Amino acid sequence: MIALELDGLARNYGEREALSDVSLSMAAGRTLVVFGPNGAGKSTLLRILATLLRPHAGSLSVLGRSLPREAWGVRGQIGLLGHEPMLYRELSARENLRFHARLHGVSEDRVEELLELLSMSHRAREPVRALSRGMVQRVAIARAVLHDPELLLLDEPYANLDPAAIELAGPLIGAAAGRTRVICSHDPAGGLAEADLVLGLRAGRPVLLRSAEDVGEAEITELYR
Amino acid sequence: MSASAPQTQPPPVAMQRAEGVSHEPPRTSTVIGALLRKELLVELRTLESVPGMSLFAVTTFVVFHFALNRNSIDGDEAAGILWVTLLFAAMLGINRLFVADADQGGFDGFLIAPVERSALLLAKAGTLLAYLLVLEIVAVPAFALLLLAPPISQALPALVAVLLLGDLGVAAIGTLVAALAVRTRARDLLGPLLALPLLVPIVIGAARASSPLLVLSHPGGPPGRWMLLLGLYDLVFGLIAYALFEFLLED
Repeated sequence: MIALELDGLARNYGEREALSDVSLSMAAGRTLVVFGPNGAGKSTLLRILATLLRPHAGSLSVLGRSLPREAWGVRGQIGLLGHEPMLYRELSARENLRFHARLHGVSEDRVEELLELLSMSHRAREPVRALSRGMVQRVAIARAVLHDPELLLLDEPYANLDPAAIELAGPLIGAAAGRTRVICSHDPAGGLAEADLVLGLRAGRPVLLRSAEDVGEAEITELYR
Repeated sequence: MSASAPQTQPPPVAMQRAEGVSHEPPRTSTVIGALLRKELLVELRTLESVPGMSLFAVTTFVVFHFALNRNSIDGDEAAGILWVTLLFAAMLGINRLFVADADQGGFDGFLIAPVERSALLLAKAGTLLAYLLVLEIVAVPAFALLLLAPPISQALPALVAVLLLGDLGVAAIGTLVAALAVRTRARDLLGPLLALPLLVPIVIGAARASSPLLVLSHPGGPPGRWMLLLGLYDLVFGLIAYALFEFLLED
């Protein structure tokens, strides 16, 4: 099954071209890693795939549904981990996860399971504003996978995580989980290790699009020069 | 530029489905309940809206008390001061209604969930309605104490009906305007600029309906035609909010 199919995708913010002429296709269960300097259009691409932004040109299909027309059909199958953790600072980790669980029709047992898996049960009653950035990221990861999505959209998912937390998150958002993934990364070695397909963006335009096995770290580093 | 990942090979690992996940959209009533619970929890923890609204209303009555240099007012004057004060106090709540969602990513969390968009409208309008009720529990006795000539007890049952009808309209219009304004850079300015003209008919209707209740020997209930106008206005803006809300949330 083709999980992602993009053809000439473009998006502007006013006069500025945030994303232009992105075309690719990827099978389910695979990982696309997007590299590019700040402002290259990575987050815009994620938000379009998440149904939060409409493309201004081109077409796209996500999990077999044409967007934005059939956005309703893929909501609930997408897990988004963006720059913002999407957590209310005054609520505890558990309250936040229970809130999102109700929005997705997920049982509270799943909340407890994820808190346990991410070793957050002991801090689950504290308000999010009192947690460290790494702990907030763990809760955000739990939120992103709470509803067992088929497609994960991850913007620098391991940012702020210590090695132990990265190991805990691996079974949920790593390749081992078997989900289709789109990952935005600034880490050439780490990103390439996760990737099946690599997309390099610069000023919204694709300048590199190849299977990961054909891409070297030096090419990724060159994107940022 | 175009490329594809290898299509012929199967995925490296088959996806394992988690237990306790139904993959069915939740019922809208469950979603509204979850949203309402979240709103009230956040307000209870931050106390950002209701205390400010209440304090504003009481302070305004104190200012009127001294500015008018009178201990007691009644009739049109009393009704006008009451409703204009409630309107401006409500604006404080309206301006903050979606701020936590916009600033903390709650909008995105809601928008990618498989839920009816109208659930957010109903939950936010319900939240604003609850804020207004608490505001009035504080403001109306303060108004009676600081400014009102006739005893409030005689007017209270009918006044509650007018307040409820007025609140429903403020909640519908306020939620609609707040959702529109919060995504703009000038949200603090745009909210009142959009809301106040739309709320003027409610203030007029509610003040006219309240006026005969706030005199020493009022004839009974509020005037039916003003109550009808308030009810119709509530209904029309309730329907407009329902029809437009989804478009306001879209990109």
